[in-house]
Amino acid sequence: MLKRYLRLLGIQLKASGLLSLQYRADFFTDGLTSLFWTFTALAPLFVVYRERPNIEGWSFGEALLVVGWFTLLQGILEGAINPSLTGVVEHIRKGTLDFVLLKPADAQFLVSTQRFQPWRAFNVLTGLGLFVYAFARLGQWPSVPGLLASVVLLGTSTLLLYSMWILTVSAAFYVVRVDNLTYLFSSIFDFARWPSAVFQGVGRGVLTLVFTYVIPLALMTTFPAEAMLGRLKPHALLGAVVGAVVFAWGSRQVWLRSIRRYTSASS
Amino acid sequence: MSARTVWRAFPTLLRVGFAEAVAYRAEMLIWVLSTTMPLVNMVLWMAVARDAPVGRFGEADFISYFLATFAVRQLATSWAAWLINWEVKQGVLSMRLLRPISPLWTYAVESIANFPMRLVVAAPVVLLSVALVGARAVPQHAWQWGFFVLALLGGWAIAFLANVAIGALCFFLESSERVLEVWLVLFFVCSGYMYPVELLPPTLRTVIDWLPFRYQIGLPVEMLTGAFGWEESVRLLGAQWAWVAALAALAAFTWKQGVRRFAAFGG
Repeated sequence: MLKRYLRLLGIQLKASGLLSLQYRADFFTDGLTSLFWTFTALAPLFVVYRERPNIEGWSFGEALLVVGWFTLLQGILEGAINPSLTGVVEHIRKGTLDFVLLKPADAQFLVSTQRFQPWRAFNVLTGLGLFVYAFARLGQWPSVPGLLASVVLLGTSTLLLYSMWILTVSAAFYVVRVDNLTYLFSSIFDFARWPSAVFQGVGRGVLTLVFTYVIPLALMTTFPAEAMLGRLKPHALLGAVVGAVVFAWGSRQVWLRSIRRYTSASS
Repeated sequence: MSARTVWRAFPTLLRVGFAEAVAYRAEMLIWVLSTTMPLVNMVLWMAVARDAPVGRFGEADFISYFLATFAVRQLATSWAAWLINWEVKQGVLSMRLLRPISPLWTYAVESIANFPMRLVVAAPVVLLSVALVGARAVPQHAWQWGFFVLALLGGWAIAFLANVAIGALCFFLESSERVLEVWLVLFFVCSGYMYPVELLPPTLRTVIDWLPFRYQIGLPVEMLTGAFGWEESVRLLGAQWAWVAALAALAAFTWKQGVRRFAAFGG
């Protein structure tokens, strides 16, 4: 079972890889534009930290780590998650999802792996670059357990991001025009740019609660950054792992429920 | 095509545009919700100003500034560049060119016809700002309201004309979406969308004062929040409308040159 799915994943990856190799020049144009966009995430930080050395307990270097994680996840989102799932929306609209559903494999697996765009994942490199720069600014290096914890959190963050995306796409079964839902999704994700402590003062901390438990943005960028700094408590790490798994399970249930509603678009 | 034709077609085009805006209201709402960037930055700046004001900005000033930014962004915006790129690629533009009125007018009217629907969103946000911050969130004198409307129209004109100029580049480049992305990044960083331009270092501010971006969002926002006296306002409005004139000339020129190269694809 597992072996079969691994082989399927291999085939899908190979197909996407070959397709991307045809458009090698995109590596530079996509890379340059995403590098340019990173600048919009950094500019406010430069302006803010010109005024203050420290905001809600986060120094410039530390906040830079959060932006680094934001950028890295954006790379994963654009390279591995977005291309496939925009494909689903297209399938639903045209009614070609039938062909996917007919195949003898799990539909969620098939639609989530149908397309990867490695060149779009340039932001992963930018994110790693930001980590190096941030730690150079901080004048310290991450501890080994901290790094290990952040690698674990990379897994949970990706899982959370993917699950949130599945939830968004499930909406495509209910609302017809969803291509702009993807923009809505990225603009909610934009709130993950800053350390979640920034939200404390808004509405007596309600926003922090929302972004930790309802839309788990804090888990995705702030937790891994804290882990790298060695500040994340073990129970928070455990909570993040459990939370991500529960969230993924929940989104899977929603997906199964919505797909039952699917009635082919044509005829 | 004479000015008279345009004048006579105007009311009908407006009515059609408005009907379209009403028909696609759900979609528009999603677009509105996806412009969260001012809010993302609002929480950051509120955290910065919690203990002590930044320049002339206290916490409340940031609230009124960014809510105004959100409202202005709904009106001073344009998506003509995407539209032109799409229509050229699909060959739909040939249909528009057959009509006895320049496509540029129809693009402009489509955008203007959206104003009433967008006001439905923008006006409550301004009211919310008044509720949160008090009467000083909006102008106190009639002339300031007049200047605000003028600045808002100028802001929209800059957005629209720049979009047309960039969109027309696709006649030469096959696709000018990358150019648009570069413009958008510069817009994000330089327009006062993410932070008031006042907070930038003096040298950068001088540069930004000479660029068009800050006149698209920053100026209308500053007019709404009553940042300037009479003389400074007149000077900045002059600069804004000089940019409008320059961009109008540029847009007309690139469009005229470009459309000659247009060869309809498809049927």
